Amino acid sequence: MLTLVAISVDGLVYAAWLFLVAVGLTLILGVMRVLNVAHGGFYSFGAYTAAWGIGIYFDRGWPAAGSFFVLAAAAIAVGLMLGLLIERGLLRWMYDRDEVIIALVTYAVFLILEDAVLLVWGVDPYFAYQPSTLLGNTDIATLPFPNYDLALIALALIVGGILWWVLTFTHRGKILLAVIHDREMSVFLGINVPRVFTVTFVIGAMLGALGGAVTAPIISVTPGIGVEVIVLAFAVVVIGGMGSIAGAAIGSLLVGLAHAAAVHLLPQIELFVIYAVMSLVLALRPRGLFSQAQMRRI
Amino acid sequence: MSKGTQSPVFCAIARHFKRAPLAAGLLSVATVIGVGGGIARAQTPPTLNLGLVTFLSGPAAGPFGIPGRNAAELIVEAINKGTLPAPYNQKGMAGATVNLVIVDEAGSTTEVVQSFRNLAQRQNVNAVVGYISSGSCLAVAPVAEELKMLTVFFDCGTPRIFEDAKYNYVFRTSATSTMDSVAAARYVKAKYPQTGSYAGINQNYAWGQDSWKDFDESMKVLVPESKEVANQFPKLFAGQYNAEISSLLVSKANVIHSSFWGGDLESFILQAGARGLQKDSRMILTTGETTMFRLRGQIPNGVILGGRGPFGVLAHKSPLNDWFRQQYQDRYGTPPIYTSYQMAQAILGLKIAYDKASAGADLPPTDAVGKSLSGLKYEAFGTQVDMALGDGHQAVTETAYGTFNFNKDTDTPEITDVVYYPAWCVNPPPSVKSADWIKDGMKGAKCD
Repeated sequence: MLTLVAISVDGLVYAAWLFLVAVGLTLILGVMRVLNVAHGGFYSFGAYTAAWGIGIYFDRGWPAAGSFFVLAAAAIAVGLMLGLLIERGLLRWMYDRDEVIIALVTYAVFLILEDAVLLVWGVDPYFAYQPSTLLGNTDIATLPFPNYDLALIALALIVGGILWWVLTFTHRGKILLAVIHDREMSVFLGINVPRVFTVTFVIGAMLGALGGAVTAPIISVTPGIGVEVIVLAFAVVVIGGMGSIAGAAIGSLLVGLAHAAAVHLLPQIELFVIYAVMSLVLALRPRGLFSQAQMRRI
Repeated sequence: MSKGTQSPVFCAIARHFKRAPLAAGLLSVATVIGVGGGIARAQTPPTLNLGLVTFLSGPAAGPFGIPGRNAAELIVEAINKGTLPAPYNQKGMAGATVNLVIVDEAGSTTEVVQSFRNLAQRQNVNAVVGYISSGSCLAVAPVAEELKMLTVFFDCGTPRIFEDAKYNYVFRTSATSTMDSVAAARYVKAKYPQTGSYAGINQNYAWGQDSWKDFDESMKVLVPESKEVANQFPKLFAGQYNAEISSLLVSKANVIHSSFWGGDLESFILQAGARGLQKDSRMILTTGETTMFRLRGQIPNGVILGGRGPFGVLAHKSPLNDWFRQQYQDRYGTPPIYTSYQMAQAILGLKIAYDKASAGADLPPTDAVGKSLSGLKYEAFGTQVDMALGDGHQAVTETAYGTFNFNKDTDTPEITDVVYYPAWCVNPPPSVKSADWIKDGMKGAKCD
C-alpha cells in the first residue's frame, strides 16, 4: 500500500514537472510547425536566471515569501527577451524553408544558448534552494513529501487550465486554434499569422523558462541541464500529439506514472521506460494520442 | 722630428698600435659575445611541454575539472620558480621549464582520443597528465601505448586500466574506486556494526555501477548479517530524484551508499535532506567531501563523507599540505578539493621521475622517465603515494572517511570521527583483481 501511494504521488509530481517543461514546446510545434530544439536553452536560461535572482534576493534580506515572484519574473523576462530575439531576429526569415532546415536552425540556437550560459554564469553550479524549504513537508501515508513538489502539481493544473480556457473561450485562443488547424485558410481569412507566430513563440519560450525557473530551487543548476530536458519534452509531445495541450497533459501523466512505477518496482528498466511508453503509443496511434486528422494534399 | 720625416718602422709600429686598440676591442667584443652567448646557452633551460587534459566545460567542469586545472597551474608555476617546499624545490622538471598545453576533456570518447593524438603528434608534448572520466582513461590508455607517449592519469577511478591490460607508458598516481567502496564498508562496520540493511543510489554508468558492486560485495564480506534492500541507478545528470528517494524511504535501509558526484550529488543532498532521508538512514557519500564547503549547513548532520583519499579536510597536516592549502586558498579563494590534490600529486610524481632520470642538460628520454616513475614511492600533498600495483604503474594510497557536522557556533562545516585506512587495508594486493579480492574475503588486508 505504501508503495502504491509513493508511486501515485511521485508519478503526479513528475508528471506535473514534465507538463510544465513540455507544454511550451507542444504549443510552438502545433501552431508554428517548428521543432524547437532551443526549448532546452529556454529551460536552462530560466533555471539560471531564477537561481541568480534568488541569490540576489536573499542576499538583500527581502521577505522570503516574495522569492516565488522571482521565479515567475525570471520566466517572463527570459521568455520575452529570448523569444522575441529568436523569433523576430531569426526564425521569421525561415518560415518558407523546409521544416528540417528550421529544426537545424533551432538546434544551432540551442548550442549558442548553452555556450551563452557558460559565458554569463561560468561552469560552477548555482543553488536556489530557499523557496523550496519555505513550504515544509506533508506526510502522506507516513512518507514525507515536500510541499513545494505538491505545489508544482497545482501550478501545472493552473497553467494547463489557463491555456485550455484561453484556447477554448477567448477570441485570441480561437484564432490560435484556427492557425493550428489550417494556416493557409487563416491567412485568407485575414488573420495576422506572423503576429500569431510571434506571440506563440514568446509564450512557448516563457513556459519553457518557467519549467526551468520552478526546477531551480530543487536541483543544483549546472551546465547541460537543458540537454536532459529536450529528450523528455519531445517524448511527451510525441505521445500527446503535436499542438495538443490535453495531449501534453495526458502524455506527461502516462510517462510520470510509468517512471515512478519503474523506479519503485523494477529500477532496472527506469532508463528506457519513457521510450517504451512512447513506442507503445506510437504503435497504436502513430500521430500521438490527441493528434488531429491531417488532410493529405495531392 | 717633423711629421713629414717619420721613419717607416715607426709608422709600421704606429699603425700596429693604432690597430691594436681596435683589434683588442674587437677581440674583447667577440670574447664577450662568445662567452656570454655560451653562458646564455648554458643558462637557458630546455622547455618541457606538458599536455594537461581535464574538463573545462560541461557538468564535470565546476566540481572537478576546474579545481584540477587550478592545481596544475599553481604547482607548475611553483616548479618553474623552484618554490615548492623541500625536498622538491629544484627548479623545473629535470631542469626544464614546464609549459602547460591545456585541453578540454569534454566531448565523446572519439573526440577525447583525437585530442590526445593531436597533443602527441601535432603539438609534440613530452608527456600528458589528465583525465577524470573512466571512459576517457580506458580509451586513451592503448593509444598512449601505441604512440609511446608518457601519460599519467590523475583521477579516473576504474580499476580495469591495469587489471585488464599492461602498459609501459601509462601510469596512474591515484588509487582506484575500489578503495573508496571498500573503505566505506569498513567505516560502516566500524561505526555501525549492527547495520541490518543497506541500499544504494548510484549513477547508471561505469563509475556508479562499479562503485555499487564493490560496496555491495564488501558489505557481504564485512557485515554478512546485513542485506541489500534497495538499489537505484538513475540516469547520469537526471537531477531529480523524488521517486528514488521515496523508494529509499520505503526501504527503511539503515545505510544508503552513493557515489554521486557534482550537480547530481548536490541535488540529491538537497532533495534527500528536505525529505528527512537522514532520519532513518545513514547516508555515506564517497565523494561528499567536494561539496561540504558549498552546501555547508544544507548537508544533514551525521552524513558520512569521503574524498577519494586523504584529501581536502581529510589530508594529514604536513609542511607540503599546509603550503598547498594556503597557496590554493590565497590564489583561488576556496580550499582545494580532492581533484586538486590528485592533480598536484600527479604532476609532483612526474617531476620526481624527471629529476631522477635527469643525466645532463637535455631532457631525459621518455623510457628513462617511465622507469623512474615505475614503482616510485613519494610523499605528496595529502598522503604517501606508492606505485605498487600494475607492475609499478598504479598507485595505492591510504584513504579516510568521517562524519559531517555543521558547527553553528563557528558557522563552519566540519568532519569528525575521522578514520584513516592504510593503503593495504583497502586496496587489493599486486596481481589480484579488485573484484576477486573482495569476493574472496579481502585476504591479506593489512588494517592495523
